[in-house]
Amino acid sequence: MAAKTCTCSLEVNEQELLKRLDDVLNDYKGKPGALIPVLQITQKMFGYLPEVALKRISRKLDKPFSEVAGVVGFYSFFSTVPRGRHLIRVCLGTACYVRGGKQVLDAIKKNLSIDVGETTTDRNFSLEVARCFGACGLAPAITVDDDVHQRVKPARVKEILEAYLPGKAVKRVKSPGKKGGRK
Amino acid sequence: MPKLTIDGKPVEVVDGTTIYDAARKHGIRIPTLCYLESIQAIGACRVCVVEVEGARTLVASCVMPAAEGMKVITNSRRVREARRAVVELLLSEHNGNCQTCERNNDCELQAVAFDLGIKEITYEGGKTKADVDSSTEAIVRDNGKCIKCRRCVAVCTQVQKVGALFPQFRGFKTVIGPAFGRDLDAVTCIQCGQCAAVCPVGAIVEKDHIGRVWTALDDPTKTVVVQTAPAVRAALGECFGMPAGTLVTGKMVAALRRLGFDTVFDTNFTADLTIIEEGMELLSRLKKAVKDKKPAALPQFTSCSPGWIKYVEHFYPEFIPNLSTCKSPQQMFGTVAKTYWAKKIGKKAEDIFVVSVMPCVAKKYECSRPEMNDSGVQDVDAVLTTRELGRMIKQAGIDFTSLPDEVVDPIMGVSSGAADIFANTGGVMQAALRTAFEVITGRELPFENLYIEAIAGMEGIKEAEVTIEGTLPEWSFLEGVTCKFAVAHGIGNAHRLMENLKSGKSSYHFVEVMTCPGGCIGGGGQPRLTTDAIRKNRIKAIYKEDAGKKVRKSHENPKIKQIYGEFLNMPLGEKSHHLLHTEYVSRDRV
Repeated sequence: MAAKTCTCSLEVNEQELLKRLDDVLNDYKGKPGALIPVLQITQKMFGYLPEVALKRISRKLDKPFSEVAGVVGFYSFFSTVPRGRHLIRVCLGTACYVRGGKQVLDAIKKNLSIDVGETTTDRNFSLEVARCFGACGLAPAITVDDDVHQRVKPARVKEILEAYLPGKAVKRVKSPGKKGGRK
Repeated sequence: MPKLTIDGKPVEVVDGTTIYDAARKHGIRIPTLCYLESIQAIGACRVCVVEVEGARTLVASCVMPAAEGMKVITNSRRVREARRAVVELLLSEHNGNCQTCERNNDCELQAVAFDLGIKEITYEGGKTKADVDSSTEAIVRDNGKCIKCRRCVAVCTQVQKVGALFPQFRGFKTVIGPAFGRDLDAVTCIQCGQCAAVCPVGAIVEKDHIGRVWTALDDPTKTVVVQTAPAVRAALGECFGMPAGTLVTGKMVAALRRLGFDTVFDTNFTADLTIIEEGMELLSRLKKAVKDKKPAALPQFTSCSPGWIKYVEHFYPEFIPNLSTCKSPQQMFGTVAKTYWAKKIGKKAEDIFVVSVMPCVAKKYECSRPEMNDSGVQDVDAVLTTRELGRMIKQAGIDFTSLPDEVVDPIMGVSSGAADIFANTGGVMQAALRTAFEVITGRELPFENLYIEAIAGMEGIKEAEVTIEGTLPEWSFLEGVTCKFAVAHGIGNAHRLMENLKSGKSSYHFVEVMTCPGGCIGGGGQPRLTTDAIRKNRIKAIYKEDAGKKVRKSHENPKIKQIYGEFLNMPLGEKSHHLLHTEYVSRDRV
């Protein structure tokens, strides 16, 4: 399983992160298909994709900045604005939608007082919508970072999110995986 | 060598040939909006679909290789209906208005829609958001008209290796443009306009200068003088249905007079002047390196092509000292017209309005560079592309094809054949060598008819060398020295050449770079659509113009001798330095 979303961006300064990025770029330089993995790693390191990092990636991988930007803009998983420590994705795929995904989303919006694409003022949560995690049998589903929460009810939202508040030990929920996710 | 039939006609093609190319080679026209010969075949527009017997769906002919035994039908009800549906869908999104679009009557989407017999658009839905970006001096983009064919992306990233444009965002919100949908001036763009030259619709065009030229022509207080670049005369006829490569020098001059220009001069005059200055600059750098054993910025790069200059400033600022300090012929013309000629006719610089007609889009940017005002005011006031001149002639109701041949006005209209060939890749180099070799040896350049074939063709990077023998006493330090030259056209090729120079893989004394493939004859401001066949025809026409001139070397142009005698005193002299030379700036790369 991939490492948990790094939250060190809050503690480590940008210069240090850029130095780490250079190491990554040296590893990937000249390798075909390097752009997307590098962007993923960068987003984990910084918590988002700052322009200074994207420019460095463009130069080091010898890709036009327009192309790097095009790839970043194409995939909804990439973000060019700072994100909170925890990323909430609410599935609005067909199964989750018909089983109340929209109501779950509304409950989260109300609970955090943010809209889709926004981050809470304490930079703890960012909210996004997604289309299908492959957990349709357990709809409606949301993810917080890499944790999948299933059969979420609007009334349970507060309890789920509380586990991710600062100072709380995060209660990990096992990902259902492919088999467990589908009937 | 697969054998197949296209519309029942048996054809045989080499392996890897696409159905589209096979059909075209055998005289069968398949419409397309995204295909670009030898540059792009990506099946993006879906207009080129054909039926292949046994295939479940229609196939995009530009990406489907021809195979043994294939039976292709390019004209069936199914094909016609599919193409119509595709084009109707494009039209349903296209946020344009043909009557007021500058591509009216010169638009590939319009032409395809007409050819397919589209009478109504049956699809309803959102229009692409109109978003006009006129942030740069030379290029205007309107995303509302864009059909996302990606031709501009292909030329910008592959041919020119600049990469200013790329598809941004996703789905219906996709725009073709600079990073994150920003304006063009926020990113690195060299303003070459090759994107505008291949755009099938009105989504990328040059910034219109026609209005300001009409205003100047209507102003009785202004003396309006026009210069035309050599490449224009080999292409302007195409705006009026003449075949590519028709020389229309005489008709062009006649048309310019009828448009109301007070004086019709020729950029060729200052092309000759450029050769004197740039040739002497090269010789002085050689002298410094060979005789004085001092560090000199060699190779010297030509500086006529403003896209190339901007490219070096952004991508290779460490090579700025290698660029010739000579202004381009266009800018030398502006300065000389507003100083030397102004004095001759008893006018002030501000009373003279200089218009250039150029095959180029970047020249619009060049004339606006802040340092280009050595006459005291902006040296060149407006730049028309070849296409814009064609439009002005139509606006004035001039019947171009029936015009008589007229000749340019004296003094700044007189030029040598060496100036003509500035239009072709390798031309500036040849012109410079004709003069430089003669200065050093007192003898004519030892090539038949003064034509150096090795640097004249369409190959991306061309090299030649000349061993100097029999020097005049003053230049004896060059005796036996082998001078190496290189010529590149298209910035992608220039990029390769620069990387070779950087790594030490190659070394030269003099390098000519023209931004556009084929040289200025393939410029971003030339009539659309410039293919390799058209480039070759225009190149041939230019060499014909050169061969037909009595004076074929810049230093033998009597009016060049006159301007040095009356005004400039000597090449690289103080006056030249002030008026004819310039400087460059290191720029960021985004």
